[in-house]
Amino acid sequence: MRFDLTLIQPWINANSRVLDLGCGDGMLLETLKKEKNISGVGLEIDPKNITLALARGVNVIEHDLNVGLGNFRDDSFDMVVMTLALQTLRYPHLVIDEMLRVGRECIVTFPNFGHWRSRWYLGHRGKMPVSKFLPYTWYDTPNIHFCTVKDFEALCEEKNIRILNSSVIAADNSQSELANRFPNLLGVTAVYHISK
Amino acid sequence: MTQAPPSPQPADNDSVGIVVPQTLHFDQPLQLACGRALPEHDIVYETYGELNADKSNGILICHALSGHHHAAGKHSEDDRKTGWWDSCIGPGKPIDTNVFFVLSINNIGGCHGSTGPTSINPETGKPWGPDFPPLRCRDWVESQYLMMQHFGISQWAAIIGGSLGGMQAMRWALEHPDALRHCIVIASAMKLSAQNIAFNEIARRAITSDANFYEGRYLEHNTLPKQGLALARMVGHITYLSEDGMKQKFGRELKTGNLSLGAGSDTAVEFEVESYLRYQGEAFSSSFDANTYLLMTKALDYYDLAREYNDDPVEAFKLAKCSFMVVSFTTDWRFAPARSREIVDALVAADKAVSYAEIEADHGHDAFLIPIPRYMDVFHAYMKRLKQELGHAF
Repeated sequence: MRFDLTLIQPWINANSRVLDLGCGDGMLLETLKKEKNISGVGLEIDPKNITLALARGVNVIEHDLNVGLGNFRDDSFDMVVMTLALQTLRYPHLVIDEMLRVGRECIVTFPNFGHWRSRWYLGHRGKMPVSKFLPYTWYDTPNIHFCTVKDFEALCEEKNIRILNSSVIAADNSQSELANRFPNLLGVTAVYHISK
Repeated sequence: MTQAPPSPQPADNDSVGIVVPQTLHFDQPLQLACGRALPEHDIVYETYGELNADKSNGILICHALSGHHHAAGKHSEDDRKTGWWDSCIGPGKPIDTNVFFVLSINNIGGCHGSTGPTSINPETGKPWGPDFPPLRCRDWVESQYLMMQHFGISQWAAIIGGSLGGMQAMRWALEHPDALRHCIVIASAMKLSAQNIAFNEIARRAITSDANFYEGRYLEHNTLPKQGLALARMVGHITYLSEDGMKQKFGRELKTGNLSLGAGSDTAVEFEVESYLRYQGEAFSSSFDANTYLLMTKALDYYDLAREYNDDPVEAFKLAKCSFMVVSFTTDWRFAPARSREIVDALVAADKAVSYAEIEADHGHDAFLIPIPRYMDVFHAYMKRLKQELGHAF
């Protein structure tokens, strides 16, 4: 299981109703159903992932997040989760507004562009960072809106979004404690639990 | 020496093979939505696969406007055509007859053996014709419910339908919530649009203005309104295809004649698409009943899933207990993806388990009958959970 998915599980209540934006192959929802008896549905746009999620017994709806969540009613989910998809959206800030409208609480995880390796790559080579974790060239990438931990927290402050929990995942588990002291420098993936 | 290639599998090893339609007679009156009752009725049906010991593996197939009981297999070895949904029903196919028992019936009001306008009205001794009671989708559901009782099935593993068949499947979920575990709704809608009703009205007008229609009593006059029915089918057929699909299939190819300058005019010019539509119309007009066509299109027009629920589909779907799978096709403009998304949104708001796939296909509404690879993948993947519920390991 991807580590960010393991990290967010304690924040999700048993028997709750979960909407997973960009649910991929449905692994998170399948695990939550097994371990926390949640009822959930995923939104996904990739046909291969949709088939994989269906075959796992996960409910998945083909949906393009860039058209928003206008078809979902206010507060219709206990938790709206979006893992590693924020940076792919045309209007990330509007999707966050929508997540907070549709769900009582939300979890957002994203790759932290403030990590020292990204800074070093850009500062040293003068080129957009390419790594094993983010393997795309700048001109052909699904990731069109990178941000840093600081950027995300500034957005939360601007929008009066409450941060209930936050954490970062370091490149290596042994650095976890240090990374959470200097999240914007040592966090590879940022994990936020937010509400209105 | 090279290894011999594996011997080819017989071409139809995924077919249900030769099937024999059966007829069941019901002598109790069937109360209809219009207030009248059918004193007695016949249902012609086919089954594929075996019903298991606890009768938990039943799947009901609901047919669309011009469909019937013959959904899969062939009626004889030299039958040229297979059943209308042979692409999806058979051993190893999405509706896997190695696992499921499949019931496919011809709805009442139809013209393929079940009681309908061409049947004899026991009160007059003449064909029902235009006097056959008007039907609603829920009447079909109730007659299908009688079939379910006949087979001793208390809950369907799934009810599956495309187009008007999907509307029946959804009606089942509201009328008999405990009677199904899954509802699979393909290329359907919660109600028709004005544009859809308009097309149906043109089709009906074509039939009723045929000189041989005789107010629907053509059988008593030993004739058929073939021209009108053919025209109705031609209009309908155009709406089941997409512009791109027609372009690919026919383009501007000529069947006969020549449009070059100076080519003379010995042979009349006929486009491939004209010839195709005429053939489809003529074939349909000699195999389908005009009164049935009128009756079915009206049932389609009158269908409104949420009418009795304050016009609120969310309130309607709150009654359902099954899980739903909804599928649409990108170029289907008769039952557009937007109509399927309305179903999905209402189901989500009603807190129901629902999955949805929008399949890219250029076949228009007809796509639901065609084994498009992604459609089959999605269908297989969803059916896997039904198999698992039955205890089949994969």
